[in-house]
Amino acid sequence: MADLAPTPNRRDWFAILLLLAVLAVVPPIAEAVGQPFAIKVASRVVVFAIAAVGLNLVLGFGGMVSLLHAGLFGVGGYVIGILAWHDFNGEALHLGPIAYAGTGNLLISLPLAVLVSAGAAALMGVVSLRTNGAYFIMITLAFNQMLYYLGVALQKYGGEDGLQIQGDLSLAGLDPSKRLVYFYVSLAALAVVMVLVQRLVGSRFGMVLRATAQNERRVKALGIPPTRYRLTAFALSGGIAGLAGALMASGQQFISPADMSWVRSGDLVVMCVLGGLTTVWGPVLGAALFLLLELGLSSLTNAWQLPFGLIVIGMAVWLHDGLIGAIRRWVQS
Amino acid sequence: MRRLLLAATMAAGCVVAANAADAPIKIGFISTFSGPGGVLGQELLDGFNLGLESTGGTLGGRKVEVIQADDQAKPDVGRQLADKMVESDHVQIITGVNFSNVMLAIAKPTLDAGVFVISPNAGQSQQAGKACNPHYFSTSFQNDVPAEAIGMYMTNKGIKRVYLLAPNYPAGKDSLAGFKMGFKGDVVGEVYTGFTQLDYAAEIAQIRAAKPDAVYFFYPGGLGINFVKQYAQAGMKTEVPLFGPSFSFDQTVLPAMGDAALGAYASAFWNEHYDNAASKKFVTDFEAKYHRLPAPYAAQAYDTARMLDAALKSIGGKIEDKPAFQKALETVKFDSVRGKFRFNTNHYPIQDYYLTEAVKDDKGRVVMAMKELIAADLADPYVQDCHMPAASN
Amino acid sequence: MSLPLFLEQTLNGVQLGVMLFLMSAGLTLVFGIMNLINLAHGALYMLGAFIAATVADKSGSFLLGAVVAVVATAAIGALLEVALLRRFYHRSHLDQVLVTFGLILVFNQVTQLIWGAVPMRFNLPDAVAGSIELFPGMNYPVFRLVILGVGLVVGLLLYVMIMRTRIGMWVRAGASNRAMASAIGVNVEMVFIGVFAAGAALAGLAGLMAGPILAVQVGMGEPVLILALVVTVIGGIGSINGALVAAIMIGLIDTFGRVLLSPALGSMVIFLAMAVILAWKPKGLFPVHG
Repeated sequence: MADLAPTPNRRDWFAILLLLAVLAVVPPIAEAVGQPFAIKVASRVVVFAIAAVGLNLVLGFGGMVSLLHAGLFGVGGYVIGILAWHDFNGEALHLGPIAYAGTGNLLISLPLAVLVSAGAAALMGVVSLRTNGAYFIMITLAFNQMLYYLGVALQKYGGEDGLQIQGDLSLAGLDPSKRLVYFYVSLAALAVVMVLVQRLVGSRFGMVLRATAQNERRVKALGIPPTRYRLTAFALSGGIAGLAGALMASGQQFISPADMSWVRSGDLVVMCVLGGLTTVWGPVLGAALFLLLELGLSSLTNAWQLPFGLIVIGMAVWLHDGLIGAIRRWVQS
Repeated sequence: MRRLLLAATMAAGCVVAANAADAPIKIGFISTFSGPGGVLGQELLDGFNLGLESTGGTLGGRKVEVIQADDQAKPDVGRQLADKMVESDHVQIITGVNFSNVMLAIAKPTLDAGVFVISPNAGQSQQAGKACNPHYFSTSFQNDVPAEAIGMYMTNKGIKRVYLLAPNYPAGKDSLAGFKMGFKGDVVGEVYTGFTQLDYAAEIAQIRAAKPDAVYFFYPGGLGINFVKQYAQAGMKTEVPLFGPSFSFDQTVLPAMGDAALGAYASAFWNEHYDNAASKKFVTDFEAKYHRLPAPYAAQAYDTARMLDAALKSIGGKIEDKPAFQKALETVKFDSVRGKFRFNTNHYPIQDYYLTEAVKDDKGRVVMAMKELIAADLADPYVQDCHMPAASN
Repeated sequence: MSLPLFLEQTLNGVQLGVMLFLMSAGLTLVFGIMNLINLAHGALYMLGAFIAATVADKSGSFLLGAVVAVVATAAIGALLEVALLRRFYHRSHLDQVLVTFGLILVFNQVTQLIWGAVPMRFNLPDAVAGSIELFPGMNYPVFRLVILGVGLVVGLLLYVMIMRTRIGMWVRAGASNRAMASAIGVNVEMVFIGVFAAGAALAGLAGLMAGPILAVQVGMGEPVLILALVVTVIGGIGSINGALVAAIMIGLIDTFGRVLLSPALGSMVIFLAMAVILAWKPKGLFPVHG
């Protein structure tokens, strides 16, 4: 990651709009050709794309390889699940002196999920950011495993089996278990996240963040405290991952520790690298490629990991900036 | 507009139903085919395919199309596959699922869509109790029951002090809870270990210090191989006998355990040397086709295919008539490899449990030999929480 | 906890630590010298176990199985280096993670296609299969003592080789300054192939030593990879003695954590320890570079 991610430009805005537009027309096309299931696949792509875009804020722009993001994704999901559980079972949630009845109203629980996962990210970020490079990878892995085992230890909420959300969830009168509602709500969230991150990395904050990834000492010499910037980015990125997890839990009405395993963290990193780290929208392509390949190959053969692995290796060898690198070269030629 | 669309789809549905008798029955087979759990999916699929072969590739006289997919032991992946099979492939049955947590993610949405779910292995308590469903059936067992059976056996044998071990997850806790329902002696140690744990030296040392009369453990797959090998190497096998559920000692793990398993006991509703005609034919055919002995997973899946065939035959193959198909399953009669088989009111089996012991057969392979009947017609305890809703479409 | 039990658990902890050291020695070597994160280390470990189990089963000789496995994994390692991984020395850590992640998938699937999904048999020769009485009332598995011995010998050999021999000097020279090392006549290319092959052979050795204790099955490498990464990082990347100290420390923490703490805490105690150590010493216990 020697290359400083370039300052976002007008072409990036165009790409973001194009991607959102392409995703937005998936449902009508899917219904027209009689493949409504495609909408669910697209929803899954959108949700993971949100997490990947969030991760890439620290990965591509901050040079921090985090393996904590599946854990934070899960935290977001569990906030939705646990609040809905208490609402459904009519049992108040006691957090120290506070007693809360729980809720299935996503207007309340979604922001809470973002806040809690951002808070968790900030807390773990304070410790993790003392390290660098491979040490940072490993300490975030450690925290991810702790979150994972925490999920397993939540016997009340299903432990390893996971938590089935039984009550009804609602979002301002909309029902997220309806596939079209769920898709467009998720897509709207992706749009907000992409616009936010795109503006952020273009701002002074983004410039400092990208500079710390390149040369921390020089940033320090300018009198800017790099850790504060990195920590802010890390918390924000964690909040976005939490949002993705919360959306997934709402759509599937299910969340489990399996969603928090370190392998899933690795999957998110792979999505970012496959798509390309130097833009905000690259990880969206990466998430789509990863999930579609996984689904497509595994419905062809049970030995799908072989072709999947070979494709990943091939992309690592030949595509230096992931898919966006290939697209850029194709556009230029 | 929406109502119009609905009317159109209903009309289309009628057309489909009219042609249904010619169309193949579609079955979604979701199981774990990759990673350490991959052996389970393979056993289940091999058993299921063999069962289909034995019915001439048809169920109730109709052709069958099996669509299989790998859930990677991840609940969300399983859920996506189930959605795809229900909505895109229009399957009528989903089966194959081996892990409880994957089944929990799949069951509700699939059943809500009106598709039958037949579990050939996953034996979670939820669907046996409060969440029981007219369209959900289990052809295996409920997780607590094999453990309860071995607890009963140990009580009968006058074993006083046992030491319990299980991984720290719900199926492990269910298993130890089930054991304690059947066992009336003292539990001198109850240990929950990490479920990716490799080394058990520390636990084995604690067992040795506690000096129990017997050890009961619940370790499926690789965990069980690790534990049993290390237990034998520590010289503990001759000091304190090992007891486990059938899937801690079956043909997916026994070849790898080898001599380390000899002398261990398990509770089982079926084993590879079970003495009845259906079972003998199954084992012979399985060995001829796949060149290995089958595990109970394969037997459960084999039974699943043959049970579906018998139930569908009784209603002329009309799987589209869901209340009739449900009724046919509830009262199904077929030659089960476990001798007798019937469903309880919660659609989980009531079956006999036997004690089996790991011995060497005449070819030098480690197998489970049938010793004695522990309990006849054993049912799970969750059935009392199940208020089966009336049949529905 | 009585004194004999305490001693036995301490021995268990040290022995687990030495096994972890075997698993991480090759990883830290390649990581430290070539600056390559090789996630496929766990896959090489798995291959070592499968090859040794197969050869031992067919020939009846554990020793032959061991030799073949070590040679084969070294050869596979050398091949991987030449055909693929040498292009990644100067790429980002992320690209390395990506390519070796792909390798894990490929190796796992190929292993399943060749050997099937059912775990393999891997029996010990009778001489080391049983247990001996170390002191009254305490039987200890002989093979675990063998692992202890092999691990300590490997540690010593690696240390002597890197610090005291000409080969070690080349390796250190190539790692710190490629151009300079080439200029003074070191064939850096060959040295790197050699180091990578040695790292792979160490993975294979760890696999074949763990095989008789653990389940030899597809995917057995991943949980071990995590532990090895933990040890490597706590010890300080590239430090062999750091890896040994960290491995034994983790072995002891894990053993006593499991016995004394609640199961939920027991599972995460290793990761808790790693987080604390890295928060305190961000470059591990024995930092190699600055």
